[in-house]
Amino acid sequence: MPKLKVDNVEVEVPAGYTVLQACEVAGVEIPRFCYHDRLSIAGNCRMCLVEMEKSPKPIASCAMPAADNMVIKTNTPMARKARQGVMEFLLINHPLDCPICDQGGECDLQDQAVAYGMDHSRYKENKRAVKDKEMGPLVKTIMTRCIHCTRCVRFATEVAGVDDLGLLYRGENAQITTYLEKAFASELSGNVIDLCPVGALTSKPYAFTARPWELRKTESVDVSDALGASIRIDARGNEVLRVLPRLNEDVNEEWISDKARFACDGLKRQRLDRPYVRKNGRLEPASWDDALSVAAGKLKAAGPKAAAIAGDLCDAEAMVALKDLMAGLGSTSVDCRQDGAKLDASVRGAYLFNAGIAGIEQADAILLIGTNPRAESPVLNARLRKRFLSGRLKIASIGPVVNLTFPVQNLGAGAQTLSEVAEGRHAFFEVLKSAKKPMLILGQGALARADGGAVLAAARALADKAGMVREDWNGFCMLHTAAARVGGLDLGLVPGAGGRDVAGIIDGAGKGEVPVVYLLAADEIDTRKLGSAFVIYQGHHGDAGASRADVVLPGAAYTEKNGTYVNTEGRVQLGRLSVFPPGDAREDWKILRALSEKLGKPLPYDNLGQVRRRLVAVNPFFGTLEQAKPGAWGAFGQAGSMGAEPFASPIRNFYMTDPISRASPTMAECTATFASGAARTGTHD
Amino acid sequence: MSAQEAANVPQPASFEFTPENLERAKKIIAKYPTGKQQSAVMPLLDLAQRQHDNWLPIAAMEYVARLLDMAPIRVREVATFYTMYNHAPIGRHHVQICTTTPCWLRGSDTVVDACEKRLGIKLGETTADRQFTLAEAECLGACVNAPMMQVGDDYYEDLTPETTVNVLDALARGEKPKPGNQSKRLTSSPEGGFTTLLDTAKGSD
Repeated sequence: MPKLKVDNVEVEVPAGYTVLQACEVAGVEIPRFCYHDRLSIAGNCRMCLVEMEKSPKPIASCAMPAADNMVIKTNTPMARKARQGVMEFLLINHPLDCPICDQGGECDLQDQAVAYGMDHSRYKENKRAVKDKEMGPLVKTIMTRCIHCTRCVRFATEVAGVDDLGLLYRGENAQITTYLEKAFASELSGNVIDLCPVGALTSKPYAFTARPWELRKTESVDVSDALGASIRIDARGNEVLRVLPRLNEDVNEEWISDKARFACDGLKRQRLDRPYVRKNGRLEPASWDDALSVAAGKLKAAGPKAAAIAGDLCDAEAMVALKDLMAGLGSTSVDCRQDGAKLDASVRGAYLFNAGIAGIEQADAILLIGTNPRAESPVLNARLRKRFLSGRLKIASIGPVVNLTFPVQNLGAGAQTLSEVAEGRHAFFEVLKSAKKPMLILGQGALARADGGAVLAAARALADKAGMVREDWNGFCMLHTAAARVGGLDLGLVPGAGGRDVAGIIDGAGKGEVPVVYLLAADEIDTRKLGSAFVIYQGHHGDAGASRADVVLPGAAYTEKNGTYVNTEGRVQLGRLSVFPPGDAREDWKILRALSEKLGKPLPYDNLGQVRRRLVAVNPFFGTLEQAKPGAWGAFGQAGSMGAEPFASPIRNFYMTDPISRASPTMAECTATFASGAARTGTHD
Repeated sequence: MSAQEAANVPQPASFEFTPENLERAKKIIAKYPTGKQQSAVMPLLDLAQRQHDNWLPIAAMEYVARLLDMAPIRVREVATFYTMYNHAPIGRHHVQICTTTPCWLRGSDTVVDACEKRLGIKLGETTADRQFTLAEAECLGACVNAPMMQVGDDYYEDLTPETTVNVLDALARGEKPKPGNQSKRLTSSPEGGFTTLLDTAKGSD
């Protein structure tokens, strides 16, 4: 633990800290451009120069390891002059186009030029100009502004694991580019916009939209996948303009996926902003009163035969209201597992990412079963890559062979290999058994099939046999694909005694045995198979569910309500209202509350606080926010034989997985660019 | 060469080492520990450039990337950083004149003038018969014999406008002029003979 002095403050820092980090410990801010906590050290911007006693010249604090008895001075004439000089050099070729630059107001260069630069320029010669580069539909480039910090290159190489960006040429001709100017083919590409300390890389969809000081910022949680990344929603008026990541070391560090970031323009399109009732085969606008009356009439007539399916983006409040409403009708046919995954809601440990997302960094042997984390949760995949890079990780997969940005040994395609490993007949079983913290990540692709229960049981047997579940460690990890899933399972939105599951509901509807189906934002089912059943759709987008519906009740999207979401590791997080739902649309639990009134059995809550108390009453876990603990362990899964068909990831196109991203023009552009394979570069599978 | 110019160069569809060069490449790669084969990128690019008429097409860089299990962009970064790699076809003789301070003080400007006049092209251009490409180079490390120029792999040093033209004439005739010092002195020893240690040491008596 080196002890050193920073501006006459004695600090002791952990070994391996740099002088810059030591200065931060001492409470001194060091300006920087190229240095970033989560990236390797480049030391090329020179902005972090400080004075060190006994050194004849200033040192780059980001690249100098802190050592005993160093005396660092950050506010001496030498340090100030060094910074001023560096800033003058950086500004020589930087255009003075701040008034038309999207980074204006949140620009590191702008801020630091004010704080550390000169008040005038001595440079009278021509500035250089660089041709802009094509980086795909998400990242806009204005390369003349680039100061060559190479943060984006290091991010692409290290975190995203996609070697697409590079610094070509040298000296004055140096320029950042993608390989042969093809699109930057990473699901995390948007993060380079945040990393860029100047306005060289900005958001293409958000270009020239707003200034940061015009925006109303709301801290919320992402619902585009089951990770539950911490986000900040920036809105102006009643319009969500952009989504940015928020720091959360336990979940997303400071990254979010491109879908989480850019799908927000889908919130403005295809919206359901008023109730509809189908008359003579056409959906016609109706008043809330009419729509609720029609829906209530049908539900009352159906009674216990009615069924409900909760979708992938639902908040826990809406789901508990749906559960209570259906219970009031006497129906037990409620299901939140739209994809038909054979998840077991009876044991919490059976459906959680028990080790926690940060726990990935402790694992030393990982088996991926029927999952493609790169498509199902790119940020979690980045965490896996981070673990891989830190070394001594044995990682293998059973399922599809995909490029996860790090090498993975593929053991086999399907259940046969799983049973071999689970029974200890496979070499990788020994690897798991001898590992200190073995982990298996079970994807929905392995469970959303007829033999899913048996696969779950086999995975559990493997976890037990390989010693993954202990007092201090639970390596049984379920990777969900839907933000609502764990919340739904925590609330017990699974068929009760005699109830039908999703397949049973669809089957029953097709045969006429289920007269009324209530779809709570459920769009991922095959609505064509619902036969002649009366379909009530409550949701926010005119997607598959609404087009089949007989009554449409317009709900709120995740940016428009105060909702509770539980992520794949069981972390209860609050999404917050940023803007109001459009038109007549309402928060979802309120719609269900109003409907229950029409049914004559009003739900016992009138405000958000009471709904949340109900949540805690149903499952006390809802009372502890922002905490992830391994779930209880017990017997789960179904004995049975497993089929021979290979496991497949449920996500075919990462950019369109829910009604919001399907309505988003940006995501459509990404689909055209990346999913078609046309613009992929050599390193992208 | 700027990025814009490089982008307009017609590229061959594919590139592959000849069997002899592949053999050499394997020897070069074998010099580095396993897993560090990427260290061989520069000699391999040089080998590729020599095989491909003294310039590196994109296909060759991608071929080297595959050979060394590197991302293509990483190879391109290396190839664009060093001026010794050419990204467009050049003349048969690549004449690079050093114009950095020591050579400049010793009259590199006159060497540049002589070349431009003799070949009828400016710096950075190639003659119509594609025999000569003229380029300006930063210090090539032969300052003791300034001014100098590099043609292909050979250094021609202690140049005057006359000797420069002689070298170019010989090259144009298809001959290979003797590389090295073009003046009368031996390597970098003083012109007209040695000047020190000529007399015997005087004793105290």
